[in-house]
Amino acid sequence: MAEKFDSVVVGGGPAGIAAAYTMAKAGLNVLVLEKGEKPGAKNMFGGVIFRHHTEKIAPEFWKTTPIERHVVEYQYWLMTKESHLLMSHRNQKFNKTYNAFTVHRAKFDPWFAKLAEDAGVVIINRTTADGVIKENGRVVGVKTERGDVMADVVIAADGVNSMLSKQAGLRDDPPLDAMALAVKEVIALPKQKIEERFNLGPEEGVAALLVGWGRGMHEGFMYTNRDTISLGIGISLKDLDESGQRPHILYEEFKNHPSIAPLVRDGELKEYSAHLIPEGGYDYVSRVYADGMLVVGDAAMLVNAINWEGTNLAMTSGTLAAETVIEAKKKGDFSSHTLEKYRQKLEESYVLKDLRRYRNVPKFFSNNKQFFNLYPELANELAYIWHLVDGETKEEKMKRIKSELFKRRSRFGLLSDAYHLWRLLA
Amino acid sequence: MTQRIEDKLYRDRYKVDEDSHLWIKDPNMCLKCPFNFRCIRVCPTDVFKWEENKITITYDACVECGACRIACYDIGWKNPNGGFGISYKYG
Repeated sequence: MAEKFDSVVVGGGPAGIAAAYTMAKAGLNVLVLEKGEKPGAKNMFGGVIFRHHTEKIAPEFWKTTPIERHVVEYQYWLMTKESHLLMSHRNQKFNKTYNAFTVHRAKFDPWFAKLAEDAGVVIINRTTADGVIKENGRVVGVKTERGDVMADVVIAADGVNSMLSKQAGLRDDPPLDAMALAVKEVIALPKQKIEERFNLGPEEGVAALLVGWGRGMHEGFMYTNRDTISLGIGISLKDLDESGQRPHILYEEFKNHPSIAPLVRDGELKEYSAHLIPEGGYDYVSRVYADGMLVVGDAAMLVNAINWEGTNLAMTSGTLAAETVIEAKKKGDFSSHTLEKYRQKLEESYVLKDLRRYRNVPKFFSNNKQFFNLYPELANELAYIWHLVDGETKEEKMKRIKSELFKRRSRFGLLSDAYHLWRLLA
Repeated sequence: MTQRIEDKLYRDRYKVDEDSHLWIKDPNMCLKCPFNFRCIRVCPTDVFKWEENKITITYDACVECGACRIACYDIGWKNPNGGFGISYKYG
């Protein structure tokens, strides 16, 4: 199999498929290598796919795609060990805009890959790329267990662990605080029960972010699917290391929280999964181009953790990489001189604009853990004092709330946190 | 009730290869592990155990997340051969 393609894409996830599809549509000869038994077999997420980016490739895709539910409500839970304060945004407009969809990746990704196949892409499953082949310092193909495959451009879309870009010298392994471990369970419940428990219509769904339940900077996530719930936690490897706790034990703690347990009660565990999330942000984005090579999606560390976005960055980066290859093909020049346009395109798109805007966020939260512990705790305590009817006058209650607040965080600390959070996000 | 990890993994589908895709590069380093056995602690599927002065690897339980790889440079890690390893039904 020493065949030559215009492009070989390594990895059949959203980034790789978006790239392959776009190139095939422009008449390029494209091969996708997928290491799993089918696209999606190695993929899990705590997330959604977005209408805006997916429909660029497949208009009105939700009518035919294996989607689970469209999100009509976003929930933010501030928790303590025994309480929670819930903020949520539900909007009937989401029933028309179809902003985001919950999906199972093992079902969505194969469907997405089929689009590329229909556009002329050749997809070979069960094939691991062992590394790039270089000639005179430039990438000219990949080594696989089935033989070498040559291409003008190799696109590494091999996910968060991207052994290909590591082997090609485009990225180092990131430090512990730039990677989060996600642990998730898919829990089956009758459709009707999910709709009752989450107060949902037949196709409506909820996406929830939950903080404060753990001791460190631990995040929980919860997504309703058709007849399952995706429940999981995300925790930076650094925080996990320092917590001294095992990931699945932390997950169990979360799942057994008195506010969560009733939501998944009597559910049947269907699958347990774990995956890394490249959460380091702008400063950890890998080198995305070389002579004859581009890197897209998670492989390039393109995740916007603060806005829970990843699949859209994957699809967009894949598309931009493809456009760059199409231009390079016209020029007949696949050197980094031409391919560096891809980095420029990323910089000009929301992908790197957003990541650059929030480049200090990961470090800020890692250095200011009060947002994950103290504030959820305080919010719950103040809510408790406020609602407790115990003969105290309202004036006394307000006094107690204020004194409780300032006891736990100085006036200066509160002001400084508010200021910095505003500066960071607004 | 806390579920055991074995009971969770029982739900997952794997195609187990004969060869491990995980290994310890220098077993001597484990004897004076500078990371307090971080590989054992960060693994979500209990792949690593300390038994008789060495790390043992139950690679067939691995879901290929890569946490161990980031946690310790002494972990050898490669993608399983094509089609082998974890194969999610849901994901």
